[in-house]
Amino acid sequence: MRTEVYYRDNSIDGRARKVLASLRQNIDSRIQNVAMADVYLTKDIKGLTPELAAFLFSDSVAQRTAVDSPVAEGSLLPDWKYIVEVTYRPGVTNPTAITARKSVETALGRKLAQEEMIQTAVQYLIASPDLSDSQIASMQASFYNPLVQQAEFIKKEEWGTKKLPAFYPYKVASSEVTIKDFDLASMDDAALEKLSEERLLALNLTEMKSLQKYFTAPDTVAARKKAGMGNATDVELEMIGQTWSEHCKHKIFSADIDYEDTEAGTKEHIKSLYASYIKKTTKDLWDKKPFLRSVFSDNSGVVEFDKDNLVCFKVETHNSPSALDPYGGAITGIVGVNRDIIGTGKGARPFFNTDFLCFGNPDTPDEDIPSGLLHPKAVMSGVHHGIIDGGNQSGIPTVADGFLFDDSYTGKPLVFCGTGGIMPASMAGEGTWIKHINPGDKAVMIGGRIGKDGIHGATFSSLVLDEASPVSAVQIGDPITQKKMSDFLMEARDLGLYQGITDNGAGGLSSSLGEMAEYSNGVVIDLDKCPLKYQGLAPWEILVSESQERMSLAVEEKNIKAFLDLAAKRDVEATVVGEFNDSGYISILGRGRLAGYLSMEFLHKGLPAMHLNAVWKRPAAPDVKIEKEDPKELLIKILGDPNVSSRETLVRQYDHEVGAVSVVKPFVGKNSDAPSDGAVLKPVYGSSKGVTVTHGICPRVGDWDTYNMAQCAVDEAFRSHIALGGDPESASVLDNFCWPDPVKSAKTPDGEYKLAQLVRTCKGVNRICLDYGLPLISGKDSMKNDASMNGKKVSVRPTLLISLMGMIKDTKKAMTSDFKGCCDYIYILGKTTGAMGGSTYEKIKGKSMGASPSVDTKGAFKMYCQLASAIEKGLVASCHDMSDGGLAVALAESAMGGMCGCDVDLSGIPGDAGLDDIRTLFAESPSRFVISVKKENAAEFEKLMAGAPLKKAGETNCSDAVAFKKDGKTILSITCDEIVKAWKREI
Amino acid sequence: MAKVAILTGYGINADNELKEAFLRAGAKQADRIHINDMIEKPEILDDYQILGFPGGFSFGDHLGSGLVMAHLFKQNLKGVLDKFIAKGKLIIGICNGFQVLVKMGVLPNFDGNWTQEVSLIHNNTGVFENSWLNVRFNPDSPCVWTKGLKEMDIPIRHGEGRFITKDKATLERIKALHLDTVIYNDRNPNGSECDIAGITDTTGRILGLMPHPEAFLTPENHPMWRRQEIKEAAGLALLKNGVDYIDSRNIK
Repeated sequence: MRTEVYYRDNSIDGRARKVLASLRQNIDSRIQNVAMADVYLTKDIKGLTPELAAFLFSDSVAQRTAVDSPVAEGSLLPDWKYIVEVTYRPGVTNPTAITARKSVETALGRKLAQEEMIQTAVQYLIASPDLSDSQIASMQASFYNPLVQQAEFIKKEEWGTKKLPAFYPYKVASSEVTIKDFDLASMDDAALEKLSEERLLALNLTEMKSLQKYFTAPDTVAARKKAGMGNATDVELEMIGQTWSEHCKHKIFSADIDYEDTEAGTKEHIKSLYASYIKKTTKDLWDKKPFLRSVFSDNSGVVEFDKDNLVCFKVETHNSPSALDPYGGAITGIVGVNRDIIGTGKGARPFFNTDFLCFGNPDTPDEDIPSGLLHPKAVMSGVHHGIIDGGNQSGIPTVADGFLFDDSYTGKPLVFCGTGGIMPASMAGEGTWIKHINPGDKAVMIGGRIGKDGIHGATFSSLVLDEASPVSAVQIGDPITQKKMSDFLMEARDLGLYQGITDNGAGGLSSSLGEMAEYSNGVVIDLDKCPLKYQGLAPWEILVSESQERMSLAVEEKNIKAFLDLAAKRDVEATVVGEFNDSGYISILGRGRLAGYLSMEFLHKGLPAMHLNAVWKRPAAPDVKIEKEDPKELLIKILGDPNVSSRETLVRQYDHEVGAVSVVKPFVGKNSDAPSDGAVLKPVYGSSKGVTVTHGICPRVGDWDTYNMAQCAVDEAFRSHIALGGDPESASVLDNFCWPDPVKSAKTPDGEYKLAQLVRTCKGVNRICLDYGLPLISGKDSMKNDASMNGKKVSVRPTLLISLMGMIKDTKKAMTSDFKGCCDYIYILGKTTGAMGGSTYEKIKGKSMGASPSVDTKGAFKMYCQLASAIEKGLVASCHDMSDGGLAVALAESAMGGMCGCDVDLSGIPGDAGLDDIRTLFAESPSRFVISVKKENAAEFEKLMAGAPLKKAGETNCSDAVAFKKDGKTILSITCDEIVKAWKREI
Repeated sequence: MAKVAILTGYGINADNELKEAFLRAGAKQADRIHINDMIEKPEILDDYQILGFPGGFSFGDHLGSGLVMAHLFKQNLKGVLDKFIAKGKLIIGICNGFQVLVKMGVLPNFDGNWTQEVSLIHNNTGVFENSWLNVRFNPDSPCVWTKGLKEMDIPIRHGEGRFITKDKATLERIKALHLDTVIYNDRNPNGSECDIAGITDTTGRILGLMPHPEAFLTPENHPMWRRQEIKEAAGLALLKNGVDYIDSRNIK
C-alpha cells in the first residue's frame, strides 16, 4: 500500500518553500514551484487499513492523504514537470521507517512480523520549464546521495508509462555465512600484502609478518590446537585489523621517530610523540592540578567540576564518512561522540555538543572540484544538517561551534564533533570515573541491532580516500534510538545495575569488548547471540560492524535480570552476548564453533612500533612587502571573508539552549548578533559555577612553522577562555590532530617534512601547555586526510584543533565581547607584532607572507592572570579576544555588539614600534584583547594590570562611527551599520 | 501543595529543566515519569495536580511533530487524562508538548471530544530556529497560567511551530473565546496565524505554547543579562501561576 501525505495547501509547506528557493538559486531561477509528499510504503501488514494509515501518518488538520492514488494526479501541483522520489538504500538505517513501524505496532497492539514491512520516501514535485540534462542531473544530485539513498525520477511525459514503485528493493545482499581460514605459514611477502589489501585490513608488511609470526609460533600452535583451533580465521584477521588500525592504535603517534632539525643542526630520537609530549605534559602538571581525575585512559578526559560533580570532555573527528556522505558522516559523528561521554567511567550525561567544521572554499568553481568529490557547498550543507539533527534531536545544546574554510579541505572535510558530560563525583562510595569489569560479568550489548552498515569504518579511515573506498563505511544515525538508550542508561547507572560500559564505535564489538576485556583479562563473545537487523551476515561482519546506537556493558550476574527487565520497560533492546573471564584470551564463538582464539597479550601489545624519519627544514622566506591600500576597503573585505563573517542563519538552526544551562550564547550584544568568544554554561541547577567552552585553530600559521601554529591554537583557546571570565588555573584542553599522511612513500614524497611538522606541533603544544598550566586530558589523531581522485591528490593543511573546557567560579561574572555603551575607556592589551604569515590578510592576498607570529608563553600567562582577576573583580565592561582579522576586526565586532561608536588612537600600542597601518590593523599576533572599562573603574583596572602590555587607546561614544587613528590622524573610519552589513555577508 | 508529573521518554528532552523550573516556581514535588510507566500504572497520576508535557523530539518528530506521542498517549491514557482534567487539575505543554496536546485534540477541545482542530506545522522559513523574542499575554484569556502576566522575553527553539487552524470558523471561535493566550509581540518567527504562540482550552486550565518558559530559569539565561539588569527569571512566573492556582484551591 502506498500512502502519500501532503499539506492541504502547498503554499503553507515551509519545507517546500525552502527547497524551491534552493533550486532557484542553484539550478534555475525559472523553476516555478515545488510540492512535497511524505510517502509510506507498506507491505503485507495485516490490519493496516487505508483509514488507519491516514490516521497514523498524517495530521488531520494540516494534511491530506492519498492511498494508492498518486498525488501526482491530484490537485496539489497539477502542472508539475518532474518528480523525484528519494528513499534509503536497502540496509541503511531509516529513522522515519523505524518510528512508523512503532506507530503501527502501537495502534495494532502487536509486534509486526519480519515480513510485514514499512518503507518511507520523500516525493518532490517540481513545476518548471524544460531543464537541460545537466541541470536535471544537478537537481537530482541536490536531492539525494546515491551512496545511501536511491531515487526515482519521472518526467511529466513519462507519467503513465513510468510509475512510482509500490515497494522499493529492500534485500541486503547476503554474505557467505561461513568462517574462512588462512594458512599464513605458507604465505610469502607478496601473499601477505595481498591478503591485507583484499580484506581491507590496512596492515603493512611488517605488521602482517608479526601476525604470521604469532600464528606460526609453536606455543601459539599448541595452545590453539588444545582449544580446537587451526589456521587463522577471517574472524581473527578482522579483529586484529580493527584493533591494530591507525584509527584505533594511533601507530604514527606511537612510532619511533628519528627527527632531524636542519635549521638547528640537531638530531634526536623520539620514542612515541604521544608519550613524549602529550601524555608527558599532563604527567608533569599532575601534582599542580588536583582537579584531574582520569586522563587519556577512558573514552573522554574527566576533571572535577565541584565537590559533588565531575565533568568530562571529548572531541572526535568524522572526516572520511563526511566526505562520502556529509549528512550521515556528521550525524554519526555527533551521536558517536555522545556515546564516548555516556561510556566514560560509570556513565556521564552529555550536557553540551560543540563542533568545528572545516570545508573547502564555498566559492570554488564547479570545474575546480576533482571528479568524485562533492562540492564544498554540498558537503557543508549536508554536514550542517547532520549537526542540527544530531544535536537538536538528542536534546543536547550545540555551543561554541566554528567554521573554517580553506582550499586544502576540498578533498576531505574536517568534521570535529565534541561533547561535554557531567556525572556525580562518586557513586556507592567510589569515584564515578572508575569502572570495573570482573571475571564472571556478563557482556551485554544494548541499543540498535547489527547490520552491514559501517563495516570497515576504522580501517577505511586509516586509508587514503579514493574511488575504491567502501560505501558500507557510510551510515545514517538515529538520535532517537540513542536517546532512548541513554535515558535508560542514566536510570540503570543510578540504580547501580552495571559496572563497566563503553561505546561501540570504530571496530564495533571487536573494539568495545576487546578493550573491556583488558580489565578482566579475557572474554568469550558469542556472535550467534548477537541480534541482527537481517540475516546474511558472516560472523566476521557481526564482530566488526559499526552499526550505530550501541553500547557494550559489563553486568554482574546478580544484576542481570533487573538490568534486562528495565531495558525491556524502556523499549531498549539488550542482549547478553558473552562473558568476561581472566583466561588471557579472547574467544569468539560463531556458527556454533570456536571461530577465534587470540591471546590478549598479542592483540593489545603485539603490534610492532613503526620507525619513521622526520626532517625539518624551514620554508624559504618570501618577499613580504605590504602594498598600500585603503584600510576601510580591506576591513570590509576581511569582515566578509567566510572565515570571519557571520554564520548566524546557520548557527541559529542549532538548539544552543536546551537544558537551560546557557549563560553566554553564540551571539551577544544589543541586537544579539555579534560574535561571542565561546560558550559559558552552568551545568548544575542551583550552582552559579560554570564551564567555558572554546576552541583554537589556525592551520595557515603552520605554513611557516607548525610550532607557532600549535602555540597560537592553544593560545587562542586559552585567551577566549580568559575573555569569557574563565579561571586561568583550572582549564583543560583536548588535542585533535588532523594530518595529511606523514609517512614517506611514493604517493607521499614529502612525508618526512610532514612528519617533522607533526613533531614540531607536539613540541609547541608541550611547551605552551606547561607554561600555561594547561593539562591535556584527551585527544585524537587522524593521519590520512588525503583524497586521491583521478590521480589528483588533495591533502589537508596540517591542522590542530585545541578544544578547551575551563572553569568559571561564578557565572554572574562571565564576560561578553560587546561594548556596553558610550564613554567607556577602550584598552588594547597584548603586543602587536609585524608577522603576517598565516593571517586572514595573507589568505585574501593569496600569497605567502612568510613568518607567522609566535607566542611569548611566559609573558602571556602572567598577563592572563592579571586580566582574569580584573574581570573577576567586576572592573571590565567588555572583553574580546583578537583573532581572525586582528585588531581592526575585534574592535569592529565589539562596536557592532554595542551598536556604539568609538574613537581609538593606535599610536604607541604595545608591541613592535613603527608598524605600518595595515600591520597595526590586521596583524594576527596572539595574546591580545580589546577591552572596555567604565571610567570609574579605570584607575583600579590599570593598577591591577601594572606591568602588562596595555594601552588606553580611546573611548566609546554615542555616535555610530568607529574611528581608528594614529597620532591623531584618522586611518580608518567606518560606521556600525557598515560593519554589520559587511559582516553579515552570509556564506 | 502542588505536585507535578513530567512526562519523559522516546525523545522528550526538556524534562530536566521543566522539573527544576517547577521546583523553583514553588511546587512541592516534581517527578519525571516515563510514558511506559504511566501506561503500566495509570493511577500513578492520581497523586499529581499538574501534568507537564515537555519539549523535545518525541519519536524524532519523524511522522510530524508530536504525532506519534499523541497517538501513544491518547490510545492508552485518554480516560486517565479526562479524569485528571475533570478534577480541575492543570496541564501545560511546551513546544513538543504543545504539539502533542494539539494533535491529541486536548487543545482547544471546544466540544470536549478530543478532536484535532488546530495544528503546528513546519515554520514558513522551512528551518529550525533558536532565538529569544518577546511575547505578550492576552489579558482576556481565561488561562490560569498567564493570569496577570503582560509580556515576557522568552526563547523559541522549534522547526514546527507555525500555528494554523482547521478553518476560519475555528480561528474565529478561538478569538471569540480569547483562547489565543500567548502572542508573538515583536516578530512572528514562523508564520503562525494571528501571531499565536500559545493557546488555552475552554477551561483555561490547559496551556500549550511554543516558547520555553522553563528555559528562563535564572537571569543569566537571558541574552541581555550582561547589558541590562534582569531582575528575575520571568519564565518562572508563568509556572508559578499554575502552582499557586493549585495551592490556593487546595486541589488534591
